[in-house]
Amino acid sequence: MSNEKEPLFSTKNLKLFTAPLNKVNPITVLVLGICSALAVTVKLEYAVVMALSVTVVTAFSNLVISLIRNTIPNRIRIIVQLVIVAALVILVDQILQAFTYDVSKQLSVFVGLIITNCIVMGRIEAFALGNKPWASFIDGLGNGFGYGLILAILGFVRELFGSGAIWGYQVVPKSFYISEGGFYENNGFIILPPMALILVGIIIWVQRSRNKSLIEKV
Amino acid sequence: MKALRSFIDGIKPKFEKGGKYHFLHSTFDAFETFLYVPDTVTTKGAHVRDAIDLKRTMSVVVMALVPALLFGMWNVGFQHFLSIGTQVSFWEVFWFGFFKVLPIVVVSYVVGLGIEFVAAQIRGHEVNEGFLVTGMLIPLVMPADVPLWMVTLATAFAVIIGKEVFGGTGMNVFNPALLARAFVFFAYPSYISGDKIWIAGLNKGEGIVDGFSGATPLAKAAAGERFSSMQVWDMFAGFIPGSIGETSTIAILLGAALLIITGVGSWRIMVSVVAGGLCTGLLFNAVGANAYMQLPAYCHLIMGGFAFGAVFMATDPVSAAQTNTAKWIYGFLIGVLAVIIRVVGGFPEGMMLAILFMNAFAPLIDYCVVQSHISRRLKRAAAAQKAA
Repeated sequence: MSNEKEPLFSTKNLKLFTAPLNKVNPITVLVLGICSALAVTVKLEYAVVMALSVTVVTAFSNLVISLIRNTIPNRIRIIVQLVIVAALVILVDQILQAFTYDVSKQLSVFVGLIITNCIVMGRIEAFALGNKPWASFIDGLGNGFGYGLILAILGFVRELFGSGAIWGYQVVPKSFYISEGGFYENNGFIILPPMALILVGIIIWVQRSRNKSLIEKV
Repeated sequence: MKALRSFIDGIKPKFEKGGKYHFLHSTFDAFETFLYVPDTVTTKGAHVRDAIDLKRTMSVVVMALVPALLFGMWNVGFQHFLSIGTQVSFWEVFWFGFFKVLPIVVVSYVVGLGIEFVAAQIRGHEVNEGFLVTGMLIPLVMPADVPLWMVTLATAFAVIIGKEVFGGTGMNVFNPALLARAFVFFAYPSYISGDKIWIAGLNKGEGIVDGFSGATPLAKAAAGERFSSMQVWDMFAGFIPGSIGETSTIAILLGAALLIITGVGSWRIMVSVVAGGLCTGLLFNAVGANAYMQLPAYCHLIMGGFAFGAVFMATDPVSAAQTNTAKWIYGFLIGVLAVIIRVVGGFPEGMMLAILFMNAFAPLIDYCVVQSHISRRLKRAAAAQKAA
């Protein structure tokens, strides 16, 4: 290990942050954390709150694990990781319940299930166990935002076409609806999880046709 | 005709490699082969060489759909005038239905073929023929009053997500026409299920006769009603409310005859779907726990979309099973599932979901059939070796 001090926002660290947004996106490229992406993106607000929760948990669990990485016995590391992640998740859950009770009720079990979110465990195992705390923290943030980016897109599209609203505000004029004498109707299919999966597929399709290096060689 | 041919031959070089309009060669090819049987044959792969182009096969299916389409148009008008209690002449009835159904057909073809042409052009493929049939099937499984923009969205969904992402005609896992219907079914449920939507104008409540319910036989059966022999005849002949093309079992049987005679549709699948439906119906008769279970088994075959699905949807050569044994299993399970969904499931009609479900399983059934065939042959070979 070299002793020279690395700047906090070196190119390497910035790359840790930006790579998960596109090239190694946890959802569209690594295909992790799909369940919650399908379950909580019916409305943009839920998607954003969920994304922030996961970002906080990923970043801080990465940080904590990285701080104590040299003291964790290898054979029981999963248990130790779980304890830390679970503690953070409970913290996040309590904060959500205290300040955004309605959203917390809507997210229901999915906040608790962040413990089993593959992104969290994946980053701890793959990154935090072998890297310094600051780099791990950045990596966690990056992956959280990469996850959040896809969730926000899904939430936006699903809320717009499924409820005709964005962040709870009606954007499709009421007079457009058939019940009000118009011609429009909300799409009920987009509210269902299967359509969310198809939307994820479409995002993957767009991403791959823009970035050919992601296409596997046959 | 000769002038047309020489015109096509005249402009052909412009669309060939190096020509001015080469980028449009898929479009040109599509029109040329639509008008004339092409003079090229498949050169690659292990195929049975035949003079018939896929477009001709598809044309046979479209022809087989004509009786159901014409009857459907008439029935749309018939049901409408029945609901408002007016007696009008045969042609008035027909033209009313004709102008209700025609826009749906046009929208389905324009949207679907538009996407097909663009996709083929981008990929440099020939334009796929499959949509000639799909474009006709989609209107036939829609209610007469379905808003046209929903048909547009559903068609686009079926062609892009159901077909093009898998690689186009011949690659799709699910039947595209049924995907279009499933899309409307889940996206806009109040426009494709329920009692009021099957008759043109009924939803808006245009001067309905007192006591006219407009309920479909499926809804009546679910409510536990018994059918008189007159009603059974109506269901068989098709004088009932329902999707545009599905009501008349007679018209569908005409189409089925054409498909079987020309060898285009698989009779194994048709027979096994009917057998599956009948057996399950009889099984429910034997249980007889409620009125719907006591419904005579043959009623299931003539209600709703059962006959239409069995003849035109389940036999889709791409999404159905390929081997003969697998076709029997595949068809039988469609019939079984459709009746189970109707009688004990949460949906009024089970045919669409049953076929889509079995579409997903068709490759697995094929795989098992081929594997068991291989192991049987290997065993036989081993036994022969031992004897020798």
